[in-house]
Formats: sequence, C-alpha cells, structure tokens
Amino acid sequence: MSASPLLETRSLTVSIAGKCVCRNFDLVLDPGSCIGVLGSNGVGKTTLLHSLAGLRPVDTGEIFLGGIVLKELPRRRIAQQLGLLMQQQEDSLPATVLETALIGRHPHIDFWRWESHNDVNLARRALKLVGLDGLEQRAQTQLSGGERRRLAIATILTQDPQVFLLDEPTHQLDPHHQLALLAHFTSLSHSRERAVIMSLHDANLAARFCDQVLMLFGDGELLFGNLEEILTAENLSRLYQTTVIPVDWPGGTAYLPI
Amino acid sequence: MRERLHPLPLLSALVALTAIALCVALAVGSVPLPPHSVISVLSGNGDPLARTLVLELRLPRAITAFATGGLLALAGALMQVLLRNPLADPYILGVSGGAAVGALLSLLLGVAGFWVSGSAFVGALISMLIVFVLAHGRGGWTPTRLLLTGIVVAFGWGAAISLLLVLSDDASLRSMLFWLMGDLSYRSSGWLPLVVIITGLLICLPFARHLNVLARGETLAEALGVSVRPFTIAIYIAASLFTAVAVTEAGAIGFVGLVVPHMLRLISGSDHRTLLPGAVLLGGSLLMLADTLARSVLAPQQLPVGVVTAAIGVPLFLYLLNRARGPL
Repeated sequence: MSASPLLETRSLTVSIAGKCVCRNFDLVLDPGSCIGVLGSNGVGKTTLLHSLAGLRPVDTGEIFLGGIVLKELPRRRIAQQLGLLMQQQEDSLPATVLETALIGRHPHIDFWRWESHNDVNLARRALKLVGLDGLEQRAQTQLSGGERRRLAIATILTQDPQVFLLDEPTHQLDPHHQLALLAHFTSLSHSRERAVIMSLHDANLAARFCDQVLMLFGDGELLFGNLEEILTAENLSRLYQTTVIPVDWPGGTAYLPI
Repeated sequence: MRERLHPLPLLSALVALTAIALCVALAVGSVPLPPHSVISVLSGNGDPLARTLVLELRLPRAITAFATGGLLALAGALMQVLLRNPLADPYILGVSGGAAVGALLSLLLGVAGFWVSGSAFVGALISMLIVFVLAHGRGGWTPTRLLLTGIVVAFGWGAAISLLLVLSDDASLRSMLFWLMGDLSYRSSGWLPLVVIITGLLICLPFARHLNVLARGETLAEALGVSVRPFTIAIYIAASLFTAVAVTEAGAIGFVGLVVPHMLRLISGSDHRTLLPGAVLLGGSLLMLADTLARSVLAPQQLPVGVVTAAIGVPLFLYLLNRARGPL
C-alpha cells in the first residue's frame, strides 16, 4: 500500500493582483521533507503559502491534502492536518500566553468539549520548547516582539499538524532561537512523519535545515529541486539580483551577498 | 503569578448577585417591602397589596431590566470580537440610531406604547440591513470596513435624531429625551426579552470557543478551522438582533454593553465560555440595580436609567481598570 503524500500540487498556478507567483508548479510533499522557499520581497511567498493552506483561491491546478482535493475539505479537517504560521498576528483583545497557545487545539476538540488535561499539557510543552514557560499567565501584549513570535510558534506546535507551513519563522528571533526552533521543526519532520514548507530570507538557514529548495522569481518562473542542485551561488545571485559568493568553511559552504 | 479565577465560583457569585439584585428590585419602591414578604409573595403567599406590587408592577420591570442589561452586555461582547476592537459597543454599528429614529418618529406623531416599540424595532432592523449590505461592498467584509460603514450610518441617524428633536413640540420633547437616555417605563411584559436573552445565550454558548479563536484574527481563525465568513455574518446578525430587542424594550441605555464585557475580562480573563454567561448575569444585575435606583432615589420623580448605569458603572470600571495588572 502506498500512502498518498501529505500535500501535493498538480500544475498549480497562483497569481496575486495580476502578478504571477508560480506557474504549473508540481509538488509532492512526503513525510520527513523540509522545503525552503526563497525569493525577494513581494514575489509572493506568503501568497503561495496561504494558497497551499486553502485560504485563498488559486488560478488553475489542484492541491491535494492527504490525497483529497483541498477545496472540498471542511476547514476543520484541513486545520487538523495542516498548520500555518503567519507573519503577523492581531492582538487587539487581551489574552494570556497560555490561552493563546491553547487555541492551537481548536480544530482537534469536539464542538461541545473543553480542553482536556492532555491539551493543556501539549500547550505547556510547546511553551517550554520555545522558552516561554513561566510566562503562562502573562498578557500576550506584554511580550517582546521576539517572544510574541515564539508564542505564535508555540501555538502551531500545540496545533500539531502533519504539514507545517511556516511564513518566515525566523523573523524577529535571535540567532539562538532561530537555530534551536528550526532544528526542532526538522527533527519533528524526520522523527514524527511531519513535513515543513517554510519561507526564509537566509539562504544559509535553508542550506542547513532544508532538503529541497523552491526559488520564486516573481514572474511565475520558479526553480524547484534538491538542495544541492538548486542552492548555488549562481542561482542566488540571479534570485536576489545581488552578487552572492560561496564561502567554504569546515562545516560546509556559506553564501555571502556582497 | 495570579491564576485566573475558575469559572464556576465566578458564575456562582454572579448568580448570587443576580438573586440579590432581583430581591432589591422587588423590595424597594414607593411602598418598601421587607425581604421576608417579598420571598413569601414569590413562594405564592403574601397579602394582596404586596402581591400586586411585586407581581404586577415590580417583577415585570425587574425582568425587563435584567433581560435588557443581559442583551446589551452579550451584544457588546460579540461586537468586540466581531470588530476586534475593545471600543466596540452594541450601538457602534448604528442599530440604536435606527431604533431611535423609529421611536422618535412615532412619538412625534403622538402615538404611544406598542407603536413606539414597534417602530423602534423596525428602525433597528432597517439600520442593520443597510450596514450589512453596504459593508459588503465589492471587496468583502473587513472589520475596518464594517466599523466605518456602521459609524457613518450612525452619524446619519444622529443627524436625523437632531432634526426630529428640533421639529418636535415641547410635550413630546420630554418623552423623546427620556427614550434617548434609556428608560424602562415603556416596558412591555418583560417576558419576550427574557426569552430572547435565554435562547440567545444558549445559541451563542456552543460557539464560545470559536469566538476565542476569532478574537485572535480572521486569518488565524480560518487557519485553525473556523469558517470565518458564515460565522462573522451570524455574529453580526445575532448581536444586532439582541441590540434591537434591548433598544426596543428600553431605549438606548449606554455603557452596559461597552463596559460589562471588559469588567469580566479584567476579573476572569477572556475565555468566552465564561465571559458570555458572566456578561449576561452581570449586565442584567447592573441594570436591575440601576433601574431600582432610578425609580426610587428622587421618587416620585423617575430618573433615566442610563444616567444611573453610568453613575454606577463609571467609577466601578475605572477602579477595576486602575487595579488591573493582567491583560488589557
């Protein structure tokens, strides 16, 4: 029996405001894989991730989640299997840190039930993982920017989907948390049959944590494939229209824009 | 760090507060009744005078006050989540303005009683429909678009109210002003709003966790499995209908709908499973007490109940806000 891939697209074309984000994009996302999405500001990384999450219509092509056409699934079923970390989060109404993390359980809890002990434990574990334990009763508005970002990550970890769509997960994080949290996501994908697609602005993080890379050029053109063939200084220079040089160091190759 | 109050003790305390407020509302008045005679009337005994006072005069009014306060607080809590704006109240989208224009028109024409309420309700529904259709526009709903549409429509109603006040003669001016400030003496039997608040709360409660998620933003709610579009439309309709019933019953009583949800957030946190029933009980008790004061402080002169809700609510809320260290 061959299980269907977690997420699949067939000749997907997405555009926003008359601009093509990707054209005829074929993707098969299997458990254990981690895809980095690279591209300049405004090429549509967020748009693509939101399309994959079923939050906006696509032009042509199909998206399958667990082998079923995404747009035919009820929202709750999608949210049980697929989580989206957004770039920004609203916080105009007050809530505590623990309450915010717990809403990640929403799709898993039946209509009439309250959060179980298990749900609260999942949220507490996620908060501990992002280093926010001890701040559980703190107001979300009293957190720093980086702490809020980690709280959003704790919320998606509490949601515990099979597919993680992460929109700039490292934004606002200090280097320690960038590395620790990305390492956690890759270990989740390897050990627990999860998969990650994340947009990044740092090619070196992609080199370290991803096994596949998707480059979006902003006119519908894209490069997609294994890390080694796609992530080259030449492609990065073309992608960012800035000279990027490879720098070899004992741990591998780093890419330096100059 | 302070743990949140568990919902059960808080809700029990609010039920007790409601019972006390009800007893006070039944006992206080032109003929004060001692608590034991109020209780004996409620249990089916008591002398005829006390029975008439309690069952025919004070109980209907107390029930109207409770239901109206509960409806306003519930509608306020819903509007604050719908617009994700802590300044939102039940009247912010113009429902009360439409109701006021309807009520004032009928007062200007010299009709009374049922017709005032009826035209207020029709006015509220018209306003709700106008905002609903216009806010949709071509780009779909956003909280900002909804808020601006509602506020602009409310401005329009405000101008119409001023015009009606200028056109009216001195005799109807006084009843118009009372209506605008919120007044429970036009009350109906009181049972209809009570039925509305109970069914309304029972319908809203199963969706309270959805409200918790929506409060964190529409895209996040959608990503967490809430079908945001039908849900927000349902919230808008529910909150508007609750407001329409409350305004029809008692005029535009200010303050309860804005402040009661915030009071509960300060006391018990922002989980809507506690917040919604808590708001109904607290809003209802507050308005019962306010109405009792309004009709007894300067008796036989009656004060508009809206003045009294503000007199109780403003200092109470400022105290809570000032003392709060938690969220808000």
